[in-house]
Amino acid sequence: MRTDRWWVQPLVTVLVLVAFIVYATIRAFQNAHYFAEPYISPFYSPCLTTACEGDTFPELFTGPTWISPALYILVFPLGIRLTCYYYRKAYYRSFWLSPPACAVAEPHRRYTGETRFPLVGQNVHRYFLYAALVINVILLYDAVLAFRDETGEWGHMGLGTLVLLVNAVLLALYSLSCHSCRHIVGGRLNHFSRHPLRYRFWTAVSRLNARHMQYAWASLFSVAFADFYVFLLATGTITDLRFF
Amino acid sequence: MSYDATFRVWRGDATGGDLQTFTVEVNEGEVVLDVIHRLQASQAGDLAVRWNCKAGKCGSCSAEVNGRPRLLCMTRMSTFAETETVTITPLRAFPVIRDLVTDVSYNYVKAAQIPAFTPGPRDADGAHRMQQVDVERSQEFRKCIECWLCQDTCHVIRDHEENKAAFAGPRFLIRLAELDMHPLDVLDRREDAQDQFGLGYCNITKCCSEVCPEGIHLTDNGIIPLKERVADRRFDPLTWLGSRIGRRPRS
Ligand code: SF4
Ligand code: SF4
Ligand code: FES
Ligand code: FES
Repeated sequence: MRTDRWWVQPLVTVLVLVAFIVYATIRAFQNAHYFAEPYISPFYSPCLTTACEGDTFPELFTGPTWISPALYILVFPLGIRLTCYYYRKAYYRSFWLSPPACAVAEPHRRYTGETRFPLVGQNVHRYFLYAALVINVILLYDAVLAFRDETGEWGHMGLGTLVLLVNAVLLALYSLSCHSCRHIVGGRLNHFSRHPLRYRFWTAVSRLNARHMQYAWASLFSVAFADFYVFLLATGTITDLRFF
Repeated sequence: MSYDATFRVWRGDATGGDLQTFTVEVNEGEVVLDVIHRLQASQAGDLAVRWNCKAGKCGSCSAEVNGRPRLLCMTRMSTFAETETVTITPLRAFPVIRDLVTDVSYNYVKAAQIPAFTPGPRDADGAHRMQQVDVERSQEFRKCIECWLCQDTCHVIRDHEENKAAFAGPRFLIRLAELDMHPLDVLDRREDAQDQFGLGYCNITKCCSEVCPEGIHLTDNGIIPLKERVADRRFDPLTWLGSRIGRRPRS
């Protein structure tokens, strides 16, 4: 019955997410061109094995060389985005058409939502948040390391530094604006007046939370762009623009 | 400035009906309900439509305009092109009584099932006291005018009549959230929210928030926080353990 172009939004969502998934899969399995001194691609950080190019993170173990080091950590960013309240809305609507848009009939005969396996598993979202926060710290650390030059001397900054920094900040804002984060810092309380500090945290996170969708998209683009930028440097396609 | 608009209005009753086309005058500044009233006065004297305040505050005039659940009295004619056909249908999630009037008793049945506000003991002087910061979140949900637009839009029952028994709908999920967050209410409503009122059916696709004429953030401020509270109790072994050993009071 809706007469407007309600299908535009789900269509755009599908196209963008599919493009990202294809790109990220290729890059994660590529196992090459993810490091260009002093920058490491966010897809490969933290880089845990002895096979890693670069030295941004302690090498914890020796994995088979044919396994891309991105694959060990992939589950964390994948997990948080799959169970994210915002992305759930986005993909339930656009991929699963449940519903495709408001007041547009969905094509399924039965519907049980998130009441049973596997979708009831969405409730573990907070654990992926904890992991994401750890990765946020590591990516901020990578951005700090990008203030060194090729020889390891501090006091360098290139376009790559800026790219990594912006990406790390956007990813951190994405995690901090999370609904689970909002709950954990204070939302679960019933008496804010007895917990003034947590009330302040909750107020701050609530403010970020109102923009969670924007951070979700911005950080998705920035992480792909940061990886692509490192790829271009690593393959020698471009050289880094150096500020100082 | 006035013009003639084409209106298609659903007419019928529980046994069936169809869309009938009318040409009706529209004047500057009017809302859809004004035009429906003119139709009633001039061409379709027995057209059934429920309304009351004409100010977006009673929640009576809910219907669907061009397929979107809306208050007829708050939908301005200026949002449509003069050449656009405006289609008015009754709320789809509820049984039709006649024309634009539906039987919304489902909502009152669900309302009655929710355990009432249960405050703890009074202070020594006989008063109940609470702080404004503590009750603020619950107050957002008190703006609800019970227009049932969110209930009508929610695909869980709109597209799946069979879910009505298990699912209370967004309006009542925020009622549960309101009470669970309330500083004076002492009942733990989390188990009920999941088992009796079907919180798990909601897949947070946010159509309820999109249609609410009061601008209540049903999903972000009510349903998602309630899901997180249920997760504390049901799905998070650490929080559960914490509450067992007394490290995590819910106050
Ligand atoms: S967010 Fe949940 S309750 Fe609201 S309309 Fe969507 S499924 Fe229904
Ligand atoms: S929550 Fe909003 S849409 Fe739902 S019944 Fe109340 S006022 Fe209407
Ligand atoms: S990351 Fe989106 S809600 Fe937690
Ligand atoms: S007539 Fe009261 S809300 Fe429209």
